[in-house]
Amino acid sequence: MLKTLRLSALLLAATSVMALAQDVTPQSGGTLNFVAPYGSSFGTMDIHSSPSTQDEFPAKAIHRSLYQWNSTDGKPELELATEVKASEDRMTYTFSLRQGVTFHDGRPFTADDLIYSYERIAKPSNAFPGARYFQDVAGIEEYKSGAAEHISGLKKIDDNTLEITYTVPTNPGYSLMNTNAAIYPAGAGEDPTFIQHPIGLGPFKFVENIPGSKVVVEKFDKFYKEGQPYLDKINVVLLGDASARDVAFRNKEIDTSILGPTQYVAYQADPELSKGILEVAEVYTRHVGFDTKKPPFDKKEVREAFAHAINTDLIIDKLVKNKAYRATGWLPISSPSYDPAAVPVTYDVELAKKLLADAGYPDGIDVAITATQNESWGLTIVEAIIPMLKDAGIRATAVPVEASVLAEVVPKGDFQAFMWSNLSGPDDYEVLKCFYSKTPQSVCNYENFSNSEFDKLFEAAGKEADQTKKNDLMRQANNILQAEAPSWFFNYNKAVMAYQPWVHGLQANATELAIQNYEDIWIDDTAPDSRK
Amino acid sequence: MLRFTMRRLLQMIPTIIAVALLIFVIFSVVPGSFASSLMADGKTASDPELLARLNEQFGLDKPVYIRAWEYLSGLAHFDLGTSFRTREPVLDVINDRIWASLKLSIAAMVFAIVIGVPLGFIAALRPGSVLDSITMIGAVSGLSMPQFWLGLLLMYFFALVLGWLPSFGYGGGDLKYLILPAITLGVTPLALLARTTRAGVLEITNEDFIRTAHSKGMSNSRVIRWHLMRNVMVLVVTTIGLQFGSMMGQAVVIEKLFSWPGIGSLLIDSVSIRDIPVVQGTILVIVLWFLLINTFVDIIYAAIDPRIKQT
Repeated sequence: MLKTLRLSALLLAATSVMALAQDVTPQSGGTLNFVAPYGSSFGTMDIHSSPSTQDEFPAKAIHRSLYQWNSTDGKPELELATEVKASEDRMTYTFSLRQGVTFHDGRPFTADDLIYSYERIAKPSNAFPGARYFQDVAGIEEYKSGAAEHISGLKKIDDNTLEITYTVPTNPGYSLMNTNAAIYPAGAGEDPTFIQHPIGLGPFKFVENIPGSKVVVEKFDKFYKEGQPYLDKINVVLLGDASARDVAFRNKEIDTSILGPTQYVAYQADPELSKGILEVAEVYTRHVGFDTKKPPFDKKEVREAFAHAINTDLIIDKLVKNKAYRATGWLPISSPSYDPAAVPVTYDVELAKKLLADAGYPDGIDVAITATQNESWGLTIVEAIIPMLKDAGIRATAVPVEASVLAEVVPKGDFQAFMWSNLSGPDDYEVLKCFYSKTPQSVCNYENFSNSEFDKLFEAAGKEADQTKKNDLMRQANNILQAEAPSWFFNYNKAVMAYQPWVHGLQANATELAIQNYEDIWIDDTAPDSRK
Repeated sequence: MLRFTMRRLLQMIPTIIAVALLIFVIFSVVPGSFASSLMADGKTASDPELLARLNEQFGLDKPVYIRAWEYLSGLAHFDLGTSFRTREPVLDVINDRIWASLKLSIAAMVFAIVIGVPLGFIAALRPGSVLDSITMIGAVSGLSMPQFWLGLLLMYFFALVLGWLPSFGYGGGDLKYLILPAITLGVTPLALLARTTRAGVLEITNEDFIRTAHSKGMSNSRVIRWHLMRNVMVLVVTTIGLQFGSMMGQAVVIEKLFSWPGIGSLLIDSVSIRDIPVVQGTILVIVLWFLLINTFVDIIYAAIDPRIKQT
């Protein structure tokens, strides 16, 4: 079943990409009205300082990072370098930088810009979220303590060559592909006007920011990819309300829209709108996590009982409107370490009761589930599972909190069970670290999970240079997670984007569908006059 | 008049201090922080080191009483602090958004006054007529219909069905982008003004001095102009003042719906990410606006009815 599901998901994603790729030769020109759906404003134009997906929308047009996510291959690939040589121990990487690349103000791109940007991100007084990308770079502790002015692990060989040395075996692509690891011109970040008028290496130049309304960018003619970008201009417009977005999309005022479960059903049912839907299995796992160190969830049987008591397929069908893939373990369907043979937990109330009795709770248990208002992984779901849990003897109550409160109470361990949607890819090793016993609860081992077998596999995967063998070790580790059930693994997010018929070149980005490489997007002659 | 105005303005100061302190206390005790909001989307793992640095950078590691003192002394120098999110002065952040809110509030109020007051007058002059019934049914509907829902209906009808107006956005300040949000925001005060005007006119029409004016042979239009309107205006101006003053607060939902770049949508975003200096700043601006409008209304009262100035 799951094998079929995974195949279907991959085929669907591949079909979407192929359908978009099969279009005729890209046309140049035109304006794209691209929606930033996650709020009513952009926080900052200094992308180094922001972890927010919302801020990535304009930043992705203006800036570039050393690596970029390849949606077709499902892995990071070099972007600002043409070649990288890794040492045998995978601790030293030498990058041959792309030549002839210039910033929007005409300055040439060199290794100095990379070092400047990375040191700015890692600088402790800046308190930037990307600082963790450099936590394993040699010399970072001396830099953070102020004993060294520069990070010794970032070494300029010449203008076009950079060497990065890590203290542990590392795959730098996953962290250095992030938009908030973008490359600024050396020294620019300290110029107060830079944040008002950012300069980058991206395919589009900043034109204006109307706070709370939109950011306008226009084509950068000297972009390093021949013939790209195709579009002349992009209006990155803010439209946080889903109903308003729906009207605007149907009215052809916007060219893309991210769909929620209700709209997904409506768009699928519409003969015209259904032709422009892009779906992808995103790397987010929705789950109810348990504190495995505290009773009653310190007993595996109780955790298993919780999972068996819930009719997961029914909830995915009726409440999530099938805008999700049934989860088996932590790693999502798109992960290379995902086990297609894994079978989801069965819905079996009698078994759940028996497991509770075996665990020493024949009279059932009382559980509080902390959750937010989110319609796909929040109180709506918790309210639906409460009666199911009750049938098995689990008397659950919902503890409603705001998203920022959830992110505060969970790392503190101030919960019995919590419902959240957490990143579960694309770096399998990094996300499995959240179940490693040496990872504290305050970081991301929210379930306080500790399993010696899992630890051994995880440690072995960290040392393994061969990617296939590494994937196999991580697959075994993920299977242990399924068996030990530190969470009720609910579903993997199916992200859905609607696009107008004249839009081409969108990518099925599993890391975040809404974030696109704008240089690949183009519009055809059928676009309204306002876009031409 | 100058002394009266100065007295009214000085009376605002303790109110502002009390409101500022109240906002500060509320946001000091509510759970959640800017640092935790960065991890709220589940995209990034919690980073205790980053949290500590952010708290230190924004002074959140200091005791509440020190932060309160710093906040109030900053206020005395018109310094609202620095936004956690944009790392820019809060005054600059608000300055970027306040003009759009003012524009929307003024447009909505003009719409409400231009239609609501005459409608109330006409309805009152023909009580029980079809026009009166339609006006009052419309007013009750306008008052009871949620603005959010009305906005969606207007969007659907004028943008999607008729294609006359854009459904969202600011459009660089073009008038056509202002129409739908202004109508949506203006419907409630319009309905209230129509009802208030109608009630005021009906009440004053039955006063002795109106009958006296009629019995002296004064023309109907002259009675309305010189006696009726002048007396009704006190009531109407009060309603306008209260509605106009609270409009920025009411605009929060409308701005979010229409993606209008005012301080209402800024407030919503700032609350969800716990950008406390911006939240405090925007609420303070909304309160200040309310107080200023009410002070202005008091001054107008005094101009309309000199007896008020003497009290």
